[in-house]
This record gives sequence, structure tokens and C-alpha cells, in this order.
Amino acid sequence: MVSLSSLSDEAASLTDVTFGYTPSRPILSGISMRIPRGKVVAIMGGSGCGKTTILRLLAGQVKPSAGRVVVNGQSVPELKKAELYTLRRRLGFLFQFGALFTDMPVFENVAFPLREHTDLPEPLIRDLVLMKLNAVGLRGAAHLGTNELSGGMARRVALARAIALDPLLMMYDEPFTGLDPISLGVVSQLIRRLNDALGITSIVVTHDIYQSLNIVDYIYFVAAGGIIAEGTPAAIRASTDPFVKQFVNGEDDGPVPLHMKAPPLAEDFLGRMGV
Amino acid sequence: MVNGLLRGLERLGAATRKAVTRLGFASRFLIAVLRHTPTAFLRLPLTLREIYFAGVLSLVIIVLSGLFVGMVLGLQGYDILSRYGSSEALGTMVTLSLVRELGPVVAALLFAGRAGSAITAEIGLMKTTDQLQAMEMMAVDPLARVVAPKFWGGVISMPFLAALFSASGVFGGYLVGVQLIGLDSGAFWSNMQAAVDFQLDIVNGIIKSAVFGVIVTWIAVFEGYDTKPTAEGVSAATTRTVVEASLAVLAADFILTVFMFRGV
Ligand SMILES: Nc1ncnc2c1ncn2[C@@H]1O[C@H](COP(=O)(O)OP(=O)(O)OP(=O)(O)O)[C@@H](O)[C@H]1O
Ligand SMILES: [Mg+2]
Repeated sequence: MVSLSSLSDEAASLTDVTFGYTPSRPILSGISMRIPRGKVVAIMGGSGCGKTTILRLLAGQVKPSAGRVVVNGQSVPELKKAELYTLRRRLGFLFQFGALFTDMPVFENVAFPLREHTDLPEPLIRDLVLMKLNAVGLRGAAHLGTNELSGGMARRVALARAIALDPLLMMYDEPFTGLDPISLGVVSQLIRRLNDALGITSIVVTHDIYQSLNIVDYIYFVAAGGIIAEGTPAAIRASTDPFVKQFVNGEDDGPVPLHMKAPPLAEDFLGRMGV
Repeated sequence: MVNGLLRGLERLGAATRKAVTRLGFASRFLIAVLRHTPTAFLRLPLTLREIYFAGVLSLVIIVLSGLFVGMVLGLQGYDILSRYGSSEALGTMVTLSLVRELGPVVAALLFAGRAGSAITAEIGLMKTTDQLQAMEMMAVDPLARVVAPKFWGGVISMPFLAALFSASGVFGGYLVGVQLIGLDSGAFWSNMQAAVDFQLDIVNGIIKSAVFGVIVTWIAVFEGYDTKPTAEGVSAATTRTVVEASLAVLAADFILTVFMFRGV
């Protein structure tokens, strides 16, 4: 097995990153991870553990209070706004619910990044848009309005939009939630296929361990502000680590607690009744 | 007793501080939007689209309201003026009321309800459904792409809407005064033309409506951008736009009137 640290060519990395939206509640404390070029990497972990926050750090939407965030060789927190925007043109980001522009039809949604960032002539834009839509299997939906799409279709259109400018790095925020089993399979295969066909790097944030085990090259488990386990799907399947087993078997309580930190139950309930 | 007074003062202080902070935010937001003005005009189709949504789609309500207000002014004005035997001044009275006050003010109030609320709701929904964030992630600044064109679309539309409101109001006054009551048409128009001063009345009216346009659209885009990203957040922001914009227009109207028509 190739250890990740021996692959020097990384699309992105976090090194000892600490971050909190408010100083009193740190979300990430000293977390490190590397995303090797050309691979599909999953970030897994319980709700609220900071998975989306990691993507926002990589995209430069928030800045770490300590540590390094590097994307494509550039230190993201140090970039000026113009440089950051130049970097973002090479990043694709898939929002959980697609975030399609509701005032434009499907075609214009996919054309949006091309129109904003290139001076390509109209026929070329048309060809590119249809090509991207074809890649997600929705060339036939080009003329539809966004309100005529199902949830799974909307996510695929958003995917076509995200790859319109041929990104170096694709980031998916929970691409599997709320999909029926068929769409689920379609979207997860699509992520893998696009990654290999376009020669890009992908980060998939997800709760779905089964899809992850099937399509990704490497998995990070995040909890309590850091990485608690990591490995290839084969290693994860074979792991005896209690954290990993809890995830793989879907047990509701284990080393990763179900409940957010709160005062003891009795205190909360009795306190409110004024006892 | 003293405690209650202190607590009241405390609450007043907190509310004042919150209001001032918010005004500060809104001002910084306005400056940021103004910095993107070149985009709004270099990419004219974006702004034209907003002029269509804010201005053109408000035409019907503006023209109809103007007509009704003018007709009411005609009836009331005739009733009052005829007591002093000066009903031939009806045209003057209707026109001055409209051009100086009712045109800019009522058009701005209608504009806040019709276009301002729509602007807030649209921006708020785009925020709630991550569309603004998605734009940012695609390296497109939503202030330049979405907010600045909406702001200028509203600011440009407002004076035209106010002028149209006044014009249809004058026509409404004419319908009632001349067609219904039977005043002399020549006297109606010529008295009016003689009494209306271009600088004092028309220009000041246009200045008022331009100021109101800035106020209403500024509040609308700020409330939209500042929406709490939930369904209740959007509805609360829309309501706030209409309430704040209406109050701000009426207050600004008082201040402007003091400076424009003082001692005339
Ligand atoms: N804008 C924000 N301001 C303050 N706190 C935030 C903000 N966004 C997220 N948080 C907090 O940061 C923590 C991590 O949020 P994040 O969205 O990264 O979680 P997540 O792992 O993506 O969860 P989920 O799986 O539910 O999407 C959460 O506890 C949340 O309460
Ligand atoms: Mg999340």
C-alpha cells in the first residue's frame, strides 16, 4: 500500500489548522490532512463536526486562526481578494441542494461561469454547455426551468455548472443526502467518472459510508476537531478501531456520541420546571 | 421605581446602540455597492433588466393610483376653493399638490410596497438557497452581479415613476374639474401653467423623488442581503423593507420640504 505522505504532489492540504466561528467554541483544533492530486478523498464525520467548515477553509471563505491551508501550491489565507477569485475559478463547489440560480433556465445556469469568466463566442459556449450537460446525462434538460427538476437532477445540473470551467479540484458538500437509491448510484458513479475522465482531484464530504467505500481512494474521519481515523477503503473495512467500526456499522452511540455537549438531562428538564 | 427607570433607560440605550450599529452596517454596505457602480453600467443589460422589474412592472399601479389621487384632489379641491369663490385655481392646486408632495411621496410609498419588497425577497431568497454563496464560489462577486444592478435599477426608475404619477394625477384632476364639474378648460390649464414654477416646483419634486429612490432601494437591497437565511427571515426582511422605507420616505420628505419651501 502506498502511504499518502510519500505522494508529494498534493492538490490541497491542511496543516495543524485551528478554527472557530467564535473564539469561545473552537470547531477544528490542530487538524491536518492532505489531498493527493488525481484522487477522490472522502471526509466523514458526525453532524456539526466541521466538515463543511473544512471546505470553506479550502475555498478561502473563512480563515484559520492558526495553521496552513494550501490549495494548488498557494497559501489560501494569505491571498488577496483578486488572487482568491483567480484561484476559485479553478475550484468547483457542489452545494448540498445545488444552489442553482432560480431566475435562469438550466442552460444559462451551466453557461453562467463561462459567460462571467470567458469571452468565448456564443456557438462555442453552446457546445461546451451541452458537453457538460451530456457528461451528467442531462443534455435533454437544457431548456427546462430549474423548478422543473427533481432534487437529483438539480444536483447533477449543479455538477455540470461546477465543472464548466474545468476545475483542478472539485469539492462536494454532502452530494448523497436526500437522493433515492438510483440517483444515489448515478451521482456517486458520476463523481468517480468525472474525476478520472477530467483528471481532477475530488473531495467528498458525506455521511454515506457505503458510497464512500465504493468510490473513494482515501477516507478521513473527523471528530472532536481533529482526524480520529484515516485510511483506504480496504483498510477501513478491515479496521478494528472502535470509531471506525461505529461508522461502518452505523451504531448510534459509541466513541462518537449522538448528543451535542449539554448540561445533564435532569438539570435541563427540572431546571425549566423551577424544581 | 428608580430601578424600573434605570432598566427602561438601559433598554433605550441598548436599542439605540443596536440601531446605530445597523445604520453603520447599512452605510458600509451602500459604499461597497457604490464601488461596483461601474459594473452596473458597463454591463447594461443587467441594469436594464432591473429597471424593467422595478420600474416597468410598477407602471400600472403608479398610473392608476395617480389617476385616483388626482380625481380625489379635484373633488376636494373644488369643494374648498369654491367656498372662497376661486374654483378657477383648481388646476393650480391639484398640480402643486402633486408635483411638490404627493407625486414623489405616494409614488415612493407605492414603489416600496411593489418593487422594494420584491427586491428584498429576491435577494433574501437567493441568500437562503445558497445562490449568493455559489456565486462567490464561482469567483463572481454578488455585490457586482446582483446587488449593484438592482440598486441602480431602482434609483433610475423612481424619478420617472414619480413624474408619471404626477402627470396622471393632473389628468385625473382635469377629468373631475373640467369634464365632470364643468370648469373652464382654458382657465384650468393656463392658471396652472402660470402658477407652477419650474425651479421651485418641478426641479424640487424631481430632487425629492431621486432622494426617495435612493432611500427605498438602499433599504431594500440591504435588508435582502442581511436576511437571516430562513423562510421566516425572508418574510421578516420583506416586511421590514416596507415599514422602514415608508417611514424613512416620510421623514426625509419633511426634512427636504423644510429646506426647499421654507418661507416661500
Ligand atoms: N456561520 C456560522 N457561524 C457560527 N457557527 C457556525 C457557522 N457555521 C457553522 N457553525 C458551527 O460550526 C460547527 C461545524 O459546522 P459545519 O457546518 O462545518 O458542520 P458539518 O460537519 O458540515 O455538519 P453537517 O454534517 O450537519 O453538515 C457546527 O457546530 C455549527 O454550529
Ligand atoms: Mg455540512
